[in-house]
Amino acid sequence: MKIECPFCGKRDHSEFTYKGDATVARPDHSEQDLDRWNDYVFQRTNPKGAHKEYWHHTNGCRKFLIVERDTISHKINSVTLVQGGGK
Amino acid sequence: MSTHGPNMSEYSVFSLLKHTLSGHKNWKETWRSPAPKSHYDIIIVGGGGHGLATAYYLAKEHNLTNIAVLEKGWIGGGNMGRNTTIVRSNYMLEANTRFYEHSLKLWESLSQELNYNVMFSQRGVINLAHTPAQLDGFARRGNAMLLNGADAELLDRDEIARRCPGLDMSPDARFPIVGGMCQPRGGTARHDAVAWGYAHGADRLGVDIIENCEVTGFQMKDAQVCGVETTRGAITAGKVGVAVAGHTSQVMQKAGLERLPIESHLLQAFVSEPVKPLIDTVVTFGAGHLYISQSNKGGLVFGGDIDGYNSFAQRGNMPVIEDVAACAMTMFPNLGKIRLLRHWGGIMDMSMDGTPIISETPIQNLYLNGGWCYGGFKATPASGWCFAHLLATGTPHDLIKDFTLNRFERGYTIDEKGVGAQPRLH
Ligand SMILES: Cc1cc2nc3c(=O)[nH]c(=O)nc-3n(C[C@H](O)[C@H](O)[C@H](O)COP(=O)(O)OP(=O)(O)OC[C@H]3O[C@@H](n4cnc5c(N)ncnc54)[C@H](O)[C@@H]3O)c2cc1C
Ligand SMILES: [Zn+2]
Repeated sequence: MKIECPFCGKRDHSEFTYKGDATVARPDHSEQDLDRWNDYVFQRTNPKGAHKEYWHHTNGCRKFLIVERDTISHKINSVTLVQGGGK
Repeated sequence: MSTHGPNMSEYSVFSLLKHTLSGHKNWKETWRSPAPKSHYDIIIVGGGGHGLATAYYLAKEHNLTNIAVLEKGWIGGGNMGRNTTIVRSNYMLEANTRFYEHSLKLWESLSQELNYNVMFSQRGVINLAHTPAQLDGFARRGNAMLLNGADAELLDRDEIARRCPGLDMSPDARFPIVGGMCQPRGGTARHDAVAWGYAHGADRLGVDIIENCEVTGFQMKDAQVCGVETTRGAITAGKVGVAVAGHTSQVMQKAGLERLPIESHLLQAFVSEPVKPLIDTVVTFGAGHLYISQSNKGGLVFGGDIDGYNSFAQRGNMPVIEDVAACAMTMFPNLGKIRLLRHWGGIMDMSMDGTPIISETPIQNLYLNGGWCYGGFKATPASGWCFAHLLATGTPHDLIKDFTLNRFERGYTIDEKGVGAQPRLH
């Protein structure tokens, strides 16, 4: 599998570190509702098909990316930068 | 508990001789292929080891026989037929040791129980230590195991060298070995035979095993499950137990449970060409991640880490193949001369704390067995035994009272590794 980094071009995925589901949003630090923390920390949709996920170009430009990948075919449909550095 | 069981004379040396005389043409099928009935008391979704074992113990221990196992493909075509067959109970947390030790005890009499040879071989499982601190950690874990009724022994460097002659014990080894821990009662079993044996046992007790039957939805009444939709028609049921491993999220979503503490990831396994006896135990590497044993046919069976990202592909990637090969060569340099015969992948239901779920769900009459990560083969007997108890009685057995689905929201995760929420534990 190769990931097209916006800075470095098409690189083998072994240069990157997988950072998981990009659709979960971390609640604010002051969030008191434990259900929202449970949802963020533990619960996943785990789709068979289109998946939006974080990758870190660890052995490259070290930017955090959002990759849209198909979990059956590994076809990558888009790669964008996470503005602000990541999760 | 019932006294009936599979007919113990069906497979014996005498029946073998008898069938030899007729050219092996008259063996009865190992399990029937019945058409689905319109109603079952309990439906099990998924004909892997866990689903089949559950059906067997429902019939055997609870006298329930109007049971069906619905399998979308063929029996044992999932992870049950893809694993590296390691059986052990070397955990530290009580909830895990108790459960896996119960499983190990069931393994010890499984072939007799099922009248089917599952080739359970208690050849020992050795974990290598590469630093004194790691060995101290093993001593602690071994003591916890002994306290929980399992077996463990600490091995020094010389003993490791004696038991595993192929290991690199040279002074300039990349990861010097200082000792290890062995669980002598651990070992391996023939995975297909476990699936076939449970299928056989369940079938002979009246359970319908229905292959090529995919569950595509649930029938609901008053927010309760009362049946399933399948590719072979609708079937009503009193209760439904789901045991579909890597497809847990997909099946549970059909019942309206959109999110679960599970991700599906791919694990590869490898087998070499057959060679003379080289490793007569199971060895796991302590500096990287690798586990290796030798099959009865002589092939070296081994594996390492999951591929690392959500996957339903059932085929593996190159970096992990290289990593596994490098770990294997580091441990056993002589493996470099052996050719790889095959490699394959299976889709793993990775739970967020590395511990399984055998539990009721927020939906009435719907029960879940999943989150097995890459250690569910050894759990097969206890998983089926406990899931059957839960389905039959509606209350969790003491052995699984901590394996609930809602432990995550309640803050009672069972985190054996102590590293926090991540779907890559085992
Ligand atoms: C490469 C590899 C190595 C492993 N090594 C070990 C090991 O050494 N030791 C160990 O303890 N464990 C190991 N495991 C883990 C172990 O194999 C699994 O945890 C265990 O087999 C999972 O339970 P199961 O047997 O019921 O799963 P499966 O055999 O996967 O059964 C689930 C079944 O559900 C069916 N299904 C899915 N969706 C539907 C549907 N909608 N309708 C009907 N049926 C459906 C599937 O077709 C499948 O047959 C390994 C796994 C893999 C892949
Ligand atoms: Zn880059």
